[in-house]
Amino acid sequence: VYRLHGRYHEMAPNVVPMDYTKDPDVKLPMQLIINMPELKENPFRERIVESFSEDGEGSLSFNDFVDMFSVLSEMAPRELKAIYAFKIYDFNTDNFICKSDLEKTLNKLTREELTAEEITLVCEKVIEEADMDGDGKLGFADFENMISKAPDFLRYCFKKKM
Amino acid sequence: SFSREAQLFVEKFEGALGKGKGKKFYAYKVMMTKKWMKFQRDFENFKTACIPWEMKIKEIESHFGSSVASYFIFLRWMYGINMILFGLTFGLVMVPEALMGKPYGSLPRKTVPRAEEASAMNFATLWDFSGFAQYSVLFYGYYNNQRTIGWLRFRMPLSYFLVGVGTIGYSFMIVIRTMARNANEEGGGDDTSFNFSWKMFTSWDYLSGNPETADNKFASITTSFKEAIVEEQESRKEENIHLTRFLRVLANFLALCTLAGSGYLIFFVVRRSQKFALEGLENYGWWERNEVNMVMSLLGMFCPTLFDVISSLENYHPRIALRWQLGRIFALFLGNLYTFIIALMDEINLKASYLPPFIIFNMHMGQEEDFQPLEEEKIVKYNMTIWEASLYNGTIPENSTAPPIQVDPADVPRGPCWETMVGQEFVRLTVSDTMTTYITILIGDFLRAVFVRFFNYCWCWDLEYGFPSYSEFDISGNVLGLIFNQGMIWMGSFYAPCLPAINVFRLHTSMYLQCWAVMCCNVPQERVFKASRSNNFYMAMLLFILFLSTLPAVYTIVSIPPSFDCGPFSGKTRMFEVISETLEHDFPSWFGKVFGYASNPGLILPFILLMVLSIYYLNATSKSYKEANLELKKKLQSVRNREL
Repeated sequence: VYRLHGRYHEMAPNVVPMDYTKDPDVKLPMQLIINMPELKENPFRERIVESFSEDGEGSLSFNDFVDMFSVLSEMAPRELKAIYAFKIYDFNTDNFICKSDLEKTLNKLTREELTAEEITLVCEKVIEEADMDGDGKLGFADFENMISKAPDFLRYCFKKKM
Repeated sequence: SFSREAQLFVEKFEGALGKGKGKKFYAYKVMMTKKWMKFQRDFENFKTACIPWEMKIKEIESHFGSSVASYFIFLRWMYGINMILFGLTFGLVMVPEALMGKPYGSLPRKTVPRAEEASAMNFATLWDFSGFAQYSVLFYGYYNNQRTIGWLRFRMPLSYFLVGVGTIGYSFMIVIRTMARNANEEGGGDDTSFNFSWKMFTSWDYLSGNPETADNKFASITTSFKEAIVEEQESRKEENIHLTRFLRVLANFLALCTLAGSGYLIFFVVRRSQKFALEGLENYGWWERNEVNMVMSLLGMFCPTLFDVISSLENYHPRIALRWQLGRIFALFLGNLYTFIIALMDEINLKASYLPPFIIFNMHMGQEEDFQPLEEEKIVKYNMTIWEASLYNGTIPENSTAPPIQVDPADVPRGPCWETMVGQEFVRLTVSDTMTTYITILIGDFLRAVFVRFFNYCWCWDLEYGFPSYSEFDISGNVLGLIFNQGMIWMGSFYAPCLPAINVFRLHTSMYLQCWAVMCCNVPQERVFKASRSNNFYMAMLLFILFLSTLPAVYTIVSIPPSFDCGPFSGKTRMFEVISETLEHDFPSWFGKVFGYASNPGLILPFILLMVLSIYYLNATSKSYKEANLELKKKLQSVRNREL
């Protein structure tokens, strides 16, 4: 935790106090956080920061900061990771991953290299594969069901060296 | 909120640290676990870094798809095999002879003859592998037939023979082992019930922060999506069965016509060239002299393109289309080769100076004729006895117990050495093949790309989209080239121990050159498709070529007498006699008896029968296991579905 505090501090030394015993109310804006080297290449960095921030705007207090890195670490339990993964991919924060969320995810993943019909095809296939209750979008239950069966999820998603 | 719960969770953990006696040990245990995990991860990274060219191949895979990458993986595998063959021939054949055998110049067979001495050091001669290169450990003819050499009593002829047989045996073993392993993996099957969903949500590696890796990752994700899309589109295609079948039959008919046409063309050209040779080659220009070579190369260049056009009629899945293409080109090369040999067979006595590598096939096929070198050998032996007599002429009376006269080895008349000739031809062929490949890459891909890129500004039509545009990586051509090249190596390494070394060098440079050329000058194919997970198709072709290549070598070992004046088997009537000689001299007598009993046909035939039966039995059991496996998988699937 001290190391985390050190990183948090060095991002904005004049704002973040060294002494946290008085529990000050300090928040760092999103721009600073998404430029951290660990997050810089990640296509989902804005979403990650937004989903951990309490006010939803993207500014992280130190508590949020610690939360974020603890979920991203290897030690976090799988259910926790699944919950946050769902939040990250849910771009319009309506608690469902609908078709437009999928399209945004795909564009971010492929840096817009696919044609429009390819994108539509992929999104349709995803909904067809994972949507169990047939409402045309993925609820949390569908998402968790699909993710829990993925062999790669534990390996690739959310691993972090501190 | 949720973060509150998380905080409570963390505090609970910290509480465990603060409690009682177990505190220090617990902290220590946690630290050791962390260190161990870190060590494991580093070790995995190290292991991956040790695999040669892994990063290059991953990069190619991300940009061009797994089918192009499969060619490079195949190339790397071949490199491994060639390294082992090189180790065998170098360590057990070339090095002992160089260190412990008689040095250059001590024996007639090890010296450049007086007549050739003047030009022996010229670069042109060396490039042609004559001169000093010919009279060295690189070729068969240099080796002496002494049973043991040096203070180690190293049995050179035996080692030569065993290495020759061993390279063939090892190659068979490793090809079949790889096929078996691939077959196992294929049987595993892919449970792709959530294919697209997993690709979308789990393919990003959150661990990477490096921009170059990120670049590759984006490219590979895009390629992987494209591959999955192609698979999906193929499975959705609606087929008009009758039209498709008709078109496929038509396409096969056209392909057969092409093959027959090329075979007839070669036959016609070979006959014509023999007519020219009869009338004396000096009367004709460059084209007539090299007609056969040129026609075969041109056919090899244009027919595959023709097959490509024909295959567009067939409307197959790209992976299956690639297999048909490979099969057809393979048939083309083989057909050309055999037509060529058959056309030559009638005229074996005519000194065919233009393509002696196929002399090997002549020996294999033309059994009615008298084997040419035997005639030549008789003549030379006769000449040598006359020459020796002339040496003794003025000095010794009738008694033949006289000390041998010291003659410089370069002056002794030499017998023909067909093995070295054959080895030389193979080496020349390999070298010219390599040169051709490299030049084709440089001109066909690199110059073309430079042309398209820089002349596009001042050209009438858009060079990049129209003709000629950038080239795609030709998977089938390259794979076949690699396989045929390896066939040449297998055929020739018995006669020229230097061949595996040359091949290792060639593959090494080829890897770097082609990796660079692919990333720099080629564009990915329109429809990127996923290579089948096993490479068994390539392996099957390789196995076939291996079998074909070893036939001539085995035939010569068993039926042709070795040259009397060169090589480790000179003086014997058959090459394999070295085995019986070893058994006589080096093993106790009872061993020889046992071996004699064991090689009795009465024992061997039942043994073969037993092996055939066991193959049948194992095949049947493996089929039943596969079926049981499928049943279990289906059950698992239905249980899972029921759970939902």
